[in-house]
Amino acid sequence: MVSRFTPLLVGGAALALTAVTACSPVEDSNASGASPSSSSADACPSGALGTVAAGKLTIGTDDPAYEPWFKDSKPANGQGFESAVAYQVAERLGYSKENVVWTSVTFNNAIAPGPKAFDFDINQFSITDERKQAVDFSSPYYLVRQTVITTKKSKIAGAKTLAELNSAKLGAQVGTTSYQAITDVIKPATKPSVFNNNDDAKKALENGTVDGIVVDLPTAFYMTGAELKDGVIVGQVPQVGVPEQFGLVLDKGSKLTGCVSQAVDQLRGDGTLAVLEKTWLSDAGAPELK
Amino acid sequence: MTYAPSERQRERFAYRRRQAIRSVLLAAGSTAVVGTLLVLGVTGSPGWPRVKQSFFNLTVAREYFPAVLEGFWLNVRLFVVCAPLALALGLLIAVLRTLRGPVTFPVRVLAAGYTYSYRGLPLIIAIYLFAFGIPGLRLQGTPDVVVLGGAAIVITYGAYLAEVFRAGIESVHPSQVAAARSLGLSYRQAMRHVVLPQAVRRVTPPLLNDIVALQKDVGLISLAGPIDAIRAAQIGVAKSGNFTPYVVAAVLFILLALPLIAITDRVTLRAARAQNAGA
Repeated sequence: MVSRFTPLLVGGAALALTAVTACSPVEDSNASGASPSSSSADACPSGALGTVAAGKLTIGTDDPAYEPWFKDSKPANGQGFESAVAYQVAERLGYSKENVVWTSVTFNNAIAPGPKAFDFDINQFSITDERKQAVDFSSPYYLVRQTVITTKKSKIAGAKTLAELNSAKLGAQVGTTSYQAITDVIKPATKPSVFNNNDDAKKALENGTVDGIVVDLPTAFYMTGAELKDGVIVGQVPQVGVPEQFGLVLDKGSKLTGCVSQAVDQLRGDGTLAVLEKTWLSDAGAPELK
Repeated sequence: MTYAPSERQRERFAYRRRQAIRSVLLAAGSTAVVGTLLVLGVTGSPGWPRVKQSFFNLTVAREYFPAVLEGFWLNVRLFVVCAPLALALGLLIAVLRTLRGPVTFPVRVLAAGYTYSYRGLPLIIAIYLFAFGIPGLRLQGTPDVVVLGGAAIVITYGAYLAEVFRAGIESVHPSQVAAARSLGLSYRQAMRHVVLPQAVRRVTPPLLNDIVALQKDVGLISLAGPIDAIRAAQIGVAKSGNFTPYVVAAVLFILLALPLIAITDRVTLRAARAQNAGA
């Protein structure tokens, strides 16, 4: 039995292997031209990528676009963290400000599988394995930070340092990095309160049964801006645990993914992202707690 | 002259002894068979190694035991305070519900309304309403959320216990009150010295049963924010990705309940014997 089928098996395996090796470089060669060993500069010709609209870089985001990620819901004004990041990426790819076109795409449409009307989309997309099945992600341009928020009347409303939070009663959602930020970084003298979800924590903050709660920065901006009356951000806690990562969304198998990731990596490497984060997040309402 | 059992009596003793040994052996045998089948059924199942790894992991248990135990101390204190208060409240409401006369009608209605609504209201929601709703009023001197959550437990269980007490009070035959009154006791004295002692003795098993239920439900205090055994276990589960901390908390709760359950069983047995002796 074995001897009769072995040649067939080996043959089949060899055929499959050939098929795989023959197929896989095809997509690469489309993107990088004739020689696969060409330098990265050739793979991403400045200002001449295979974009949706030739010669232009089309960037998607939702409308309305919220602060502090965008300003006045006008992505094209270059203000706000994500708008600034988008223009920096465009510049690295060789597209000047005039050659950037913004298009409005809802959050769900952007991460759904299917053809895309943008070259990349920037809208606080967390990189997850589930989403990776449907779309491509660039390297992360932002690692989500944990943030202490409170209300104006609270005793910690004016705190500038982590030490000033020592006597505070803080709360967070169970099993989150936010809770870890309290126990591992802030380490207050009073035992923290732990809630089933952020809504319960927020209610306890409104009731004054806790002095402040810890949530991630996007939630902090949303809660203090839209949900809490007299809500204030006390400040950002130093990075802790495994943070959520935001990435640019591209069509699944997009030829641009490598180039965009490379641009993001450069921005991180030369410190541009850190500067933008400071300008649009830390200085714009969420200071660092030292 | 010393007692010497007759030949016949000795035979009876021997027979009974043989029968007793036989039934003990049979019971042991069937227990062993059932136990072996259970162990084989559970440990032999294809998923057992994974279940064992994620629910009965000794390393994880050791790591999170101190945290869970610290949280459990809150549950114990809460139980020690809440159980007597719930019993007192239940007894008070039951007595109010059994008051006679048209003047006390509103009291009876209020007491009945209370038992109806709080037996229907899920404890989780009661705790949410107390621990998040009352501080929301921003009144001066609002107590700590642990106290508010404890109050929710006391009030919810007070409603159950009140109904048990009432059943006990109503099970005392009216002739007992009539006899007491004819002896010159007032209604209050009759209740105090004749009805309540009998009523409480009759309903002790169901009362203790409700107390056992209260004992584990103090774990719901975690909803209000404090870190009790269940919350500490949940945090451990989130950190380790392993469910063993829940099992650790479960074992602690069972150990706490065991003495009370043993007492309940003994009281029930004694009550049954007393009844039969009278018959």
